[in-house]
Amino acid sequence: MSSVHDWTPNNPVKENRSGLIGKPVDRYEGPLKVTGTAPYAYEVQPPSPPAYGVMVGAAIAAGRITGVDIAEAEATPGVLVVWTHLNAPPQAPRGTKAHPRSSAGSRPALESDRIFFFGQPVALVVGETLEAATAGAHRVKLTYAADTPDVDFRASLDRAVSPSGEEDIEVGDFVRGFTSSPIQVDETWETPIQNHCQMEPCASTVWFEGEKCIAHTSIQMVKPAQHGLAETLGLPRDDVHLLTRYIGGGFGGKGQTYDDLILAALAAKALGRPVKVAYTRQQMMHGTIHRPATVMQVRLGAEKDGRLNAFSMMTWTHCHREGNFTEHASNFARALYAAPNRLTGHRLVKLDLPGAGPMRAPGEASGTLALECAMDELAEKLGLDPVELRIRNEPETDPENGRPFSMRQLVRCLREGAQQFGWDRRLPTPGLVREGRWLVGMGMATAIRGNFLLPAKCSFTVDADGVITVRQGMTDIGTGTYTVLAQIAAETLGVPLGHVKVEIGDSEFPPAPGSGGQFGAATAGSAALAAGQNLRTAIAELATGDEASPLFGGRPVDVTFQDGVIAIENRSETLASLISRAAPEGLTVEGEIKPAQDAREWSQQTYGGHYCEVGVDPVTGEVRVRRMLGVFAAGRILNAKTARSQLTGGMIWGIGSALTEGNAVDTRYGSLINQDLAQYLAPVQADIGDLDAIMLDEVDDKANPMGVKGVGELGNSGAGAAVANAIYNACGVRVRDYPITPDKLLAGLIAKGL
Amino acid sequence: MKTTIHVNGEARSLDLDPRTTLLDALREHLKLTGSKKGCDHGQCGACTVLVNGVRINSCLSLAVMHDGDAVTTIEGVGTPEHLHPIQTAFLTHDAYQCGYCTPGQICSTIGMLSELSAGAPSQETPPGAAPVLSDAEIRERMSGNICRCSAYPQIVAAIKDAAKVMA
Repeated sequence: MSSVHDWTPNNPVKENRSGLIGKPVDRYEGPLKVTGTAPYAYEVQPPSPPAYGVMVGAAIAAGRITGVDIAEAEATPGVLVVWTHLNAPPQAPRGTKAHPRSSAGSRPALESDRIFFFGQPVALVVGETLEAATAGAHRVKLTYAADTPDVDFRASLDRAVSPSGEEDIEVGDFVRGFTSSPIQVDETWETPIQNHCQMEPCASTVWFEGEKCIAHTSIQMVKPAQHGLAETLGLPRDDVHLLTRYIGGGFGGKGQTYDDLILAALAAKALGRPVKVAYTRQQMMHGTIHRPATVMQVRLGAEKDGRLNAFSMMTWTHCHREGNFTEHASNFARALYAAPNRLTGHRLVKLDLPGAGPMRAPGEASGTLALECAMDELAEKLGLDPVELRIRNEPETDPENGRPFSMRQLVRCLREGAQQFGWDRRLPTPGLVREGRWLVGMGMATAIRGNFLLPAKCSFTVDADGVITVRQGMTDIGTGTYTVLAQIAAETLGVPLGHVKVEIGDSEFPPAPGSGGQFGAATAGSAALAAGQNLRTAIAELATGDEASPLFGGRPVDVTFQDGVIAIENRSETLASLISRAAPEGLTVEGEIKPAQDAREWSQQTYGGHYCEVGVDPVTGEVRVRRMLGVFAAGRILNAKTARSQLTGGMIWGIGSALTEGNAVDTRYGSLINQDLAQYLAPVQADIGDLDAIMLDEVDDKANPMGVKGVGELGNSGAGAAVANAIYNACGVRVRDYPITPDKLLAGLIAKGL
Repeated sequence: MKTTIHVNGEARSLDLDPRTTLLDALREHLKLTGSKKGCDHGQCGACTVLVNGVRINSCLSLAVMHDGDAVTTIEGVGTPEHLHPIQTAFLTHDAYQCGYCTPGQICSTIGMLSELSAGAPSQETPPGAAPVLSDAEIRERMSGNICRCSAYPQIVAAIKDAAKVMA
């Protein structure tokens, strides 16, 4: 049985002899990105001129297509193909897994006359040029029989039920604990639908080489995309070569494939030439998944000293009629604060909206916007500092299941953040600090996000020049994967960073789960470490068994690796000289990581504390984030530069959630109101003040052999609540319906006479 | 329609569909894919290029309107082997993550710095004063370039650093 104790022995990452682990080195692929020479999926140059595909989205949210007129579209100059459900090429029925171990089933496009959501792709027009295809797409005429769309989430809460296979979790007796508590908070928060708005819309460039499908697409997870495409096309899996070398943002929204990939492949096959298909920005808003809206009720019952006696968090949310995704906004809270009586759960309602799915910090991003503000309200009722309230409720072990924490430095994060931010200057009574036209306030919140490790493989090759090539079916969505893999390889084999090549995003490389859930660096990196260790062993055995090597006759375990030189004491040669002589074709080995079977005997989380200072203009309701600091504990940090960027990026997502981001449903048509980046307000440069993230020293030896955890989601968790709490401290108005836009704040400000 | 555009110092003669945007002409016809398509509606800034030294959203402009114009794209700013100081600063400050908005951010920075040195005021410039390269000025002037990865603090730091090197 595999155990976390198997990870106890020393390894090159822990030893860190070259000091590369943790070092803030520049991004491996940085020179390509800053010069615009990193080719994203739509930019890959195919072997012959491509045709261009443009999709048409459904104009209703539920119902059927009753009439199709493609004559005018087909007659459009330059148009090559017009497909609807009536004439699209055959595809395997949805969900087909001809290969039993496929990680995704068939996902046919233009499947039938049925419409499941507004904007669902219902036609494809392929043209010689993008302009021709776009013109053709405008001329596709469809008529519909529309059903009344069932899309009003707030009106559907009564019929929400527990998600399939889930039950509420109660510890102790919540109701008794709550009703007997002298101090109570019972409030409800609402969060809207949010869109990922990755800067690169989903796109695919596909061609065939004989029977083999070469598909470049923008995707976070390689294997399910490869398998899903193969299953849909009815091809053997090895006949789909799927590549995703550069990805213009994912944030969870590119964890699955969309119809651009399927339709590009079908059209490439039918036309016998490369085809490119991209979503437009407007199509992205409906056609890809979103973070669903939530309603969250938090009830806190405390003793007068602040200790929680009862805690409950219930979340209502929605997903697509045919889906089963649940925004688990209550989950994180199970491991956060001590309270003997606890009740958490979720309620889900299925609607005719586009697909709900994971978006950066799924669960925590929404949930902390409620719980961490509830804690702020409780602190005020108790007359207790919000930081102190959290420290008083710090559990010894996981408060729900009693498991020991693998590592928990939450209190240290909170204290360090308070000190560095100048929290002691905060006045607990709201509305007392005025600077010119601004009311100024401070708020804080806790960050928490679970830690995960998934199975992964990786290969390392050393060539005759002593260059190490890392190959892995992993992705880099801006997270820094290329860079941390290079660091691990260089550190493990004792070569300079410049002697490492990293090749990822390819279905023909050893599989890794991809980017998501902040498991990427720990998972892909642990497999890389294993591959590196195996290559060290192979090289040591090669050298000590090679009569021409100065290391001949030595023990493989005594071989050291440093600066591109292998040595046993004072006998040495360069790695390049050994390989060029003894293995001129190069040497390739694989490594693998699997989750330890006992890993879940520990509660594994990452933690942080957010501190924020805002200005509120009481006349306009405008909020400005003036300063923000996050302090985080997330295991060993592989690269201080890219990790900090992940964390500050997440914090800014929190600012967006608190202040501007959200989409509304037009309940008449089942469409989303905000359909582009002028209407959906993601933060821009002017929205962000002085903002920084600090990472505490930490090694979590229960996490994986490197002691690394993740940071991609953590920065987002709690960040928005710190902003909301700062707004309250500034002006004394609580808005529990996110985002906190000026209109909502003004109503409260006017009511207070401010 | 026949159009000649001087792209990165080279005259490029094109025979284009009049509906072709400058962005698509660059990306699809000249294979200069450094300029990115993030929204195609002038809302995100990923397609920013310099036309006769002035930054514009190339998705909002038809290519045939630029006959005779000098266009600088990210490919004309620097190469991986010979980075422009702004590119070096973006690299060292980690002023990007996914990299998709980055060429637009860098081209926009070039245009912004020349607007600032020409004395063009922004909302952050005190009335009557000459603009200086403050954090507030950078944030205001760079707000037409969305970075969903949200490398905004790093971008401000990179621009300040690059401006020093270029001064």
